[in-house]
Amino acid sequence: MRVALFITCVNDTLFPGTGKAVVSLLRRLGCDVDFPAAQTCCGQMHVNTGYREEGVRLARHFTEVFAGYDAVVAPSGSCAAMVREQYPKLARPGSKGAAAIAEVVPKVYELSEFLLDVLKVDDVGAYFPHRVTYHPTCHSLRGLHLGDRPTRLLRNVRGLELVPLPGAEECCGFGGTFAVKNPAVSAAMGADKTRNILDTGAEVLCAADNSCLMHIGGTLSRQKTGVRTMHLAEILASTEENQ
Amino acid sequence: MSATFLGMPGNFPKNAAKAVQDSQLRYNLRKATHTIRGKRANVVGELPDWQELRAAGKAIKDHTLRNLDRYLVQLEAAVTRAGGTVHWARDAAEANAIVAGLVKATGETEVVKVKSMATQEIELNQALAAQGITAYETDLAELIVQLGDDFPSHILVPAIHRNRSEIREIFLEKMPKVPPNLTDDPPALAEAARLHLRERFLKSKVAISGANFMIAETGTLVVLESEGNGRMCLTLPETLISVVGIEKLLPSWRDLEVFLQLLPRSSTGERMNPYTSMWTGAVEGQDFHLVLLDNGRTDVLADEVGRQALRCIRCSACLNVCPVYERAGGHAYGSVYPGPIGAILTPQLRGMSSDLDASLPYASSLCGACYEVCPVAIDIPEVLVDLRAKAPHAAAERAGMKVAGWILNDHQRLARAQRAASRLRGLVPKRLPGPMSAWTDTRDIPEIPEESFRDWWERNERA
Ligand code: SF4
Repeated sequence: MRVALFITCVNDTLFPGTGKAVVSLLRRLGCDVDFPAAQTCCGQMHVNTGYREEGVRLARHFTEVFAGYDAVVAPSGSCAAMVREQYPKLARPGSKGAAAIAEVVPKVYELSEFLLDVLKVDDVGAYFPHRVTYHPTCHSLRGLHLGDRPTRLLRNVRGLELVPLPGAEECCGFGGTFAVKNPAVSAAMGADKTRNILDTGAEVLCAADNSCLMHIGGTLSRQKTGVRTMHLAEILASTEENQ
Repeated sequence: MSATFLGMPGNFPKNAAKAVQDSQLRYNLRKATHTIRGKRANVVGELPDWQELRAAGKAIKDHTLRNLDRYLVQLEAAVTRAGGTVHWARDAAEANAIVAGLVKATGETEVVKVKSMATQEIELNQALAAQGITAYETDLAELIVQLGDDFPSHILVPAIHRNRSEIREIFLEKMPKVPPNLTDDPPALAEAARLHLRERFLKSKVAISGANFMIAETGTLVVLESEGNGRMCLTLPETLISVVGIEKLLPSWRDLEVFLQLLPRSSTGERMNPYTSMWTGAVEGQDFHLVLLDNGRTDVLADEVGRQALRCIRCSACLNVCPVYERAGGHAYGSVYPGPIGAILTPQLRGMSSDLDASLPYASSLCGACYEVCPVAIDIPEVLVDLRAKAPHAAAERAGMKVAGWILNDHQRLARAQRAASRLRGLVPKRLPGPMSAWTDTRDIPEIPEESFRDWWERNERA
C-alpha cells in the first residue's frame, strides 16, 4: 500500500524522531511510504487562534499536496482532527475548495486508526520493556474518537507494562496558543496532569500528540521528575534489535 | 446590595491568574465540580437513548429559533388570552424600566425574587435599588451571594466558590435574628435561611421570576428548582413579574417532555428535579406580567455559527466539566454567564470592545469536554474558534502570525527556517523573553534537533 506521510510541522521541526519511527514502523508492516516534500502545516494554530485567512491558505496547500494519495497518515491526533473536523467548515459549500476538501478528508488517518482500521493489525511486533502510562489527548479522544485504539496497540507490545492514568480524560492544558495566552491556568492544568502521571509510577508517558507531550514533558522536566515522554509511534517502532 | 458586573476590570488571563493562586477556592471548586460531574455521568449513563434525546433537544430548539418571530407572537396571544400582560424589552434598560414601573404601580418597595439568570444579566437588583426598591433573593445560593455582597460564580450554584464555614460567617454577620450558636452543618445553615426567608415570603406582595421554558402554544411558563422557594415566590404574592429571554421558547407542551429529562440530569445530576412549577397567565387574585427580553439575542440569532448558543438551557454541565473553569473560577469571566457557555455567550451579547470580553473566546483550551456534555449539543469549540476570528488581535501577535503563515506557506522557506534554528540550537536560552516567557516560566522547552525530519528524509531517501 502506498501511503503518504503527513509528518506535521511540529514533528518535522522539533521531533524528527517521531517521523522516523513512523517510517520504520510502516515499512516493517509492508507499506510503501512517501513523504511529499511540499507539505508544511495543517493550519491548526492559525485557525484556532483566530487567523482564519492564513489557516485557509494552509488548508488549500494541504489539499493540493495530498490530493493524489490513497491514504494520508499523520502521527498527530490534533492535526488529523483539524483536517477532519475543521477543514469542511473552512470552505464555502459548493466551492472548488469544498470539493477538494471532501476528496482528501476521508483519506486522512491518525496513526493508530491507520494501523487498526486500514492495515488491520493490532500487534505490530514491538518490544519495549518499560512501565508506561498513556494520556489520550483531547483531540484524539473527543475529536477523532480514537477510543481504545492506542491502548490496544500498546497492550500488544512485548515487555510493556501499561498502567492506567488517573484523570486521563482531562485536558493537560496545552491547547496550542492557550498555553501562552492563559499561562496561569495552563500551568495549573499541567501541574495536575503531572501529579497524576507521577502517581502511576510510570517511567514513560506516551501519547499520540507531540504538542501535548511537549507541554507535559516540559513540566515534568522542569520539575526534575525523571519521567520521559514518548510518542506512540516511537514505542510501536521499538523492537528487540533497536533497543 | 449585591455588587455589579458592569465595568469589571481586567481580562480573563489576569483574573484567572489571581484565582489560581487561591488554594481554598481551587479546592472548593474542584470538589464541587467533580462531585456533580460524577453524578451527571451516572444518571446520563442510565438512559440508553441519551444521544437521541440530545438530538431531539437540539432539533426542537433549532426549529424554534428559526421560527422565533412566529412563536413569540403566538406566545403573546396565549398569555394575553389567559389574563396576563406581555411587555417587550429591547435591552436591559428597557426591561429594568418596565419592571421598576410595574413594582412602583403596586406601591410596594420590597420584592422577592426567584433565582433568574435573565435578571442577573440585566442587573435588575441594582436598577431597582436606584428606584428605592429592595429585591430579596430567595434561592439559597443567591441569598448567600447577596448577603455576602458578592458576585455569583456559577449558573446553577452561584455560591459554588464558598464553603460551609464561609457561609456560616456570612449568615452570622448579615442575617438578622440568626442564632449565635449557628454551626456550619448544612441542615443548620438551610434552616437558618428558611426562617429568614419565610418571613419575607409572607410579607411580600410582589415577586420577580425568570423561567426555564415558555410554551408558545399555551402561554405556559415553567420553572424547575430544587428548594421550593421558587414556588413560594410564584404563588404567594399578589403581583408576579417574569423576565424571560426570548430564546426560552418551546413550541408545544409536548416538547417539554424532552427538556424535563435533559435539564435535571445535566444540571444537578438528578433524574427529576424536586419542584416543577407551571403557570399560565394570571390566576385568581394575582396579577401576572411577562417581560420578554431581547438584550442582544436577535443579533446572536443573526450569526450563522454563533446562534447555536441560544439553544442553551443553562444547565451548567459545561461549567462542571471545564478544566479552565475549574481552575479559574466563575468570577474570572466577569459575567453572569461563566465557563464555556459564558465564553461564547457573553462576547456575543456584549460585543468584544472591552479587553475582558475580547479575552473570553480564548478562555478555553478547546478540549471539547463542554461539547460532549451539552444536552443540546452546542458545539462550543466551534463557536469559540469563530469568535476568535472576529476578536481584535494585538499588532505584535498579528505580525508574528503573518510571518509564521508566510514561512509555513512554502516548504522551502520552512526548510530554511528549520536549518537556521538548528544552527542556532546551542544559543536558545532556558528562559525565553517576551510572550514566550509564559511558556518557560513553568516548562522547559524541547531541544531543537540537529536535523529536521525533512532534511533527514532528503538525505536518506532522495539520495
Ligand atoms: S451550553 Fe449546554 S452544557 Fe452549557 S449550560 Fe448551556 S445547555 Fe448546559
